[in-house]
Amino acid sequence: MTGARHLYVHLPFCASRCGYCDFVTVVGRQGQHRAYVDALLGELALERETLAPQLESVFLGGGTPTLIEPRELERLLRALPGALEVTVEANPETVTPGLAELLRDCGVTRVSLGAQSFQLRLLEVLERRGSPDDVRRAVYAFRDANFDNVSLDLIYGIPGQSTADLEADLNDALALEPEHLSCYELEAKRGTRFTHAHGAELAGQAEAMETYFERVVVRLTGAGYRWYETANFCRTPTLADGRDLRSRHNLAYWRGRDYLGLGIGAVSTIQGRRWKTTPRLGTYLTALAAGERPPRELEELPVPVRQSERVLLGLRLDEPLSLAGLEGALDAAAVERLEGLGLVARGAAGAELALTDRGRLLGGGVTAELLA
Amino acid sequence: MDQNRIRNFSIIAHIDHGKSTLADRILEVTDTVTGRDMRAQVLDSMELERERGITIKAQAVRVAWKGHQLNLIDTPGHVDFTYEVSRSLQACEGALLVVDAAQGIEAQTVANAYLAIENNLEILPVVNKIDLPQADPDAAGAEIAELVGEDPDRVVRISAKTGEGIEAVLDAIVERIPPPAGDPEASARALVFDSSYDQYRGVVAFVRVVDSSFSRGEPVRAMAQGTRFEAEEVGFFSPTMVAADALRAGEVGYVITGLKDVSKLRVGDTLTSERRPAAEPVPGYEDVKPMVFAGLFPTDSDDYPELRDALERLKLNDAALFYEPETSQALGFGFRCGFLGLLHMEIVRERLEREFDLDLLVTAPNVAYRVVTKAGDEVEVHNPSDMPSEIERVDEPYIKASIIVPKDYVGPVMELNTERRGSFDHMEYLSEQRVLLVYELPLAEIVLDYYDQLKSRTRGYASFDYDLIGFRVGDLTRVDVLLAGEPVDALSLIVHRDGAYARGRALVDRLREEIPRQFFDVPVQAAIGSRVIARETIKAKRKDVLAKCYGGDISRKRKLLERQKKGKRRMKQVGSVEVPQDAFLAVLNLDGPKKDGQKK
Repeated sequence: MTGARHLYVHLPFCASRCGYCDFVTVVGRQGQHRAYVDALLGELALERETLAPQLESVFLGGGTPTLIEPRELERLLRALPGALEVTVEANPETVTPGLAELLRDCGVTRVSLGAQSFQLRLLEVLERRGSPDDVRRAVYAFRDANFDNVSLDLIYGIPGQSTADLEADLNDALALEPEHLSCYELEAKRGTRFTHAHGAELAGQAEAMETYFERVVVRLTGAGYRWYETANFCRTPTLADGRDLRSRHNLAYWRGRDYLGLGIGAVSTIQGRRWKTTPRLGTYLTALAAGERPPRELEELPVPVRQSERVLLGLRLDEPLSLAGLEGALDAAAVERLEGLGLVARGAAGAELALTDRGRLLGGGVTAELLA
Repeated sequence: MDQNRIRNFSIIAHIDHGKSTLADRILEVTDTVTGRDMRAQVLDSMELERERGITIKAQAVRVAWKGHQLNLIDTPGHVDFTYEVSRSLQACEGALLVVDAAQGIEAQTVANAYLAIENNLEILPVVNKIDLPQADPDAAGAEIAELVGEDPDRVVRISAKTGEGIEAVLDAIVERIPPPAGDPEASARALVFDSSYDQYRGVVAFVRVVDSSFSRGEPVRAMAQGTRFEAEEVGFFSPTMVAADALRAGEVGYVITGLKDVSKLRVGDTLTSERRPAAEPVPGYEDVKPMVFAGLFPTDSDDYPELRDALERLKLNDAALFYEPETSQALGFGFRCGFLGLLHMEIVRERLEREFDLDLLVTAPNVAYRVVTKAGDEVEVHNPSDMPSEIERVDEPYIKASIIVPKDYVGPVMELNTERRGSFDHMEYLSEQRVLLVYELPLAEIVLDYYDQLKSRTRGYASFDYDLIGFRVGDLTRVDVLLAGEPVDALSLIVHRDGAYARGRALVDRLREEIPRQFFDVPVQAAIGSRVIARETIKAKRKDVLAKCYGGDISRKRKLLERQKKGKRRMKQVGSVEVPQDAFLAVLNLDGPKKDGQKK
């Protein structure tokens, strides 16, 4: 039995909460950064045996990982096991040359920067603290610290965003020559302050913004990026000295690999069991201070569920999904029908399945239909 | 009982004018039941009837009053059951015509009063609910007296709720309603005015003995249908079943037949004794034919056997229900069902869903058409998709509609009736404020959304009733709907040629709203034969993705897709197009307002 090769570490602290965000975040509480890092390391010690001796990827997500006290961040990074790819998420306004160097010195190989938009007006709608220039400064800081794998997050479908605004954002992002881009459509998630304020407006403009996804794909692939996952793009190897710039860590999710998650609200999936750690900071700290595992919500994943997940995750990628062992998860008649519509394609004499480009634009509905 | 001391009567009233309460009060005042044991409204036995405030199946209860035997025969309260009402009335010599003191007479009151008059009944006008603060007994009394040609002073004023005037009603029944005629010495005849089915005892016939008598063990024959059986038991309700040695001329009661099939003994048939056989039946028997048809399909096609069993069981108690298997390309296996009218259809549907726990898709109703083909064949068409293409002539059922409205709404009602191909018959002022309009209309124009339109155009003030008056030739044509080029049989409709374009256009517009966007463009067309008369396109979806999906999102995304998948299962696959169930009802409400929240 080999352990999980992928480790996620959640750092929930934020300077303020963005209206659209539904992640587990904690505003303020600087005083608890140290205790939280202690708790993470305590949890890691408790879970160490679920991990493989050598990790492939580590991902520090948030929250705002770069908001944490630099001393504490350094202590955490140095204590975490090393990996081929170590990613840290950063908010532009928190990035300084010093921070960039610290990350580099601690073995971080990749940074993911939450740019979201290059227009102040739209950033304000999103309640983001950083400005477009903060994004640029942050990218330069990482470049100066010799980071050769920088990813930018963009959000499209923001209330009031015209197609010209979208094109401008894409152009501004491309001008920074990132190795990787993640582009998400803004979701009005239930219960968020944003949905309360803008939900109706967002629903109203849904039809007008229906083409935005397609525009993003066309613009980025036209600029030499590989659309390797529904919402993720990376420079093609020919434009990157032959490097494969896909996120190793996220590829693990989409390929159905096991992963361990540390921190409040973090999810782990190992050996057919999934659990989510308590989202409550106090509960988490108390349990680990006592050397105990924090409370978790456990979900057993029976074989058919695992198979469905393999399909729904695998079809997000631009590589064909091997159907070996997944036959029961698919509705054969639907496969036939969707193939007829040019939305899916079977390869390797029926042993593989992939979505066509148009099928990928409709990936959610297509997958719902494909599943038995 | 001396025949001269028997009184047989019905209560006829508009819904909510207090028929059931009056019946309950009569049972109480005559000590047939004590107030304590009485379930409110004893006569309405089925749960559904109680909820709808109407009575589906007639029953009869015997009460004693001052040395007389009074038989109260309950009548169904709705137009769909006109034939059954008329048989119940035929079993009586008199009727209480009850009107709400605050509401005055309604279209249904008028239709039933005419039926009572046609049956030569002594009509005893009663104004009920005189205790209500808004009651106007003088006005209501004047209207009803005028309607039946009675002296306003002879109108009995009561409150069934408080019990005021009930004894006066009973006295008036004894004084004013004649005893039954009937010859105790003639050959035996009894009119079947209703029947029901009991799973242990078989068909129970409700009868009025006309001549002679019927005893337990009597060999009996139903004259019209020729069904033979032995009377296993005879008796009456008071209010529960009481067995008797015999039912005699003029009496009302039940006969347990032991028959296992309710269709073997139809309402209106005459029973005679094989020992004293009659030569002529009681007149008036008709084989009632369903006039309104709709397809019933199980939402989940696996439920087809359950639907079939449920229809079989309902049919045991409902001789008027007709069904035959139907296979629709769009909806799969189901049944084409025939009903007496819209209410009958609604009742059957609700019973199937409630008593049998079935999830049903009911297609838009249509009427029965009599078609002569170019080849000279005559066929009856129950389903628009069965309409032959080479037609010489089509006859459709017509009704005579009585509509009562406040005079301010006469204009809108006339306008509606004109739109619906109605022809004006006459109009009369019932009072200064209220007008009776009588129109002849094709039944097909009523079965879709006529009630809703009438209600909305008169702010709910109109009261409506109708009688079938036979078939007439119509300039009709079939409009087909094509989705992505494929005809959808379940959406075909038959319309008057003049309205074909407008109906086709409205239907196509409605379908474009009802059918969600698919992975490809879906043309929606309406066509007469091969000629397309309206066309719209449901544009293909361009985007349908779950934006983000990382380690913490997987369970949620999976559940989301499962829900999406379930939603798709509730759709019907028509060729390559997924069509929500509601879309099949689009034809129901083409003129009405668009539904909210349906925009895609």
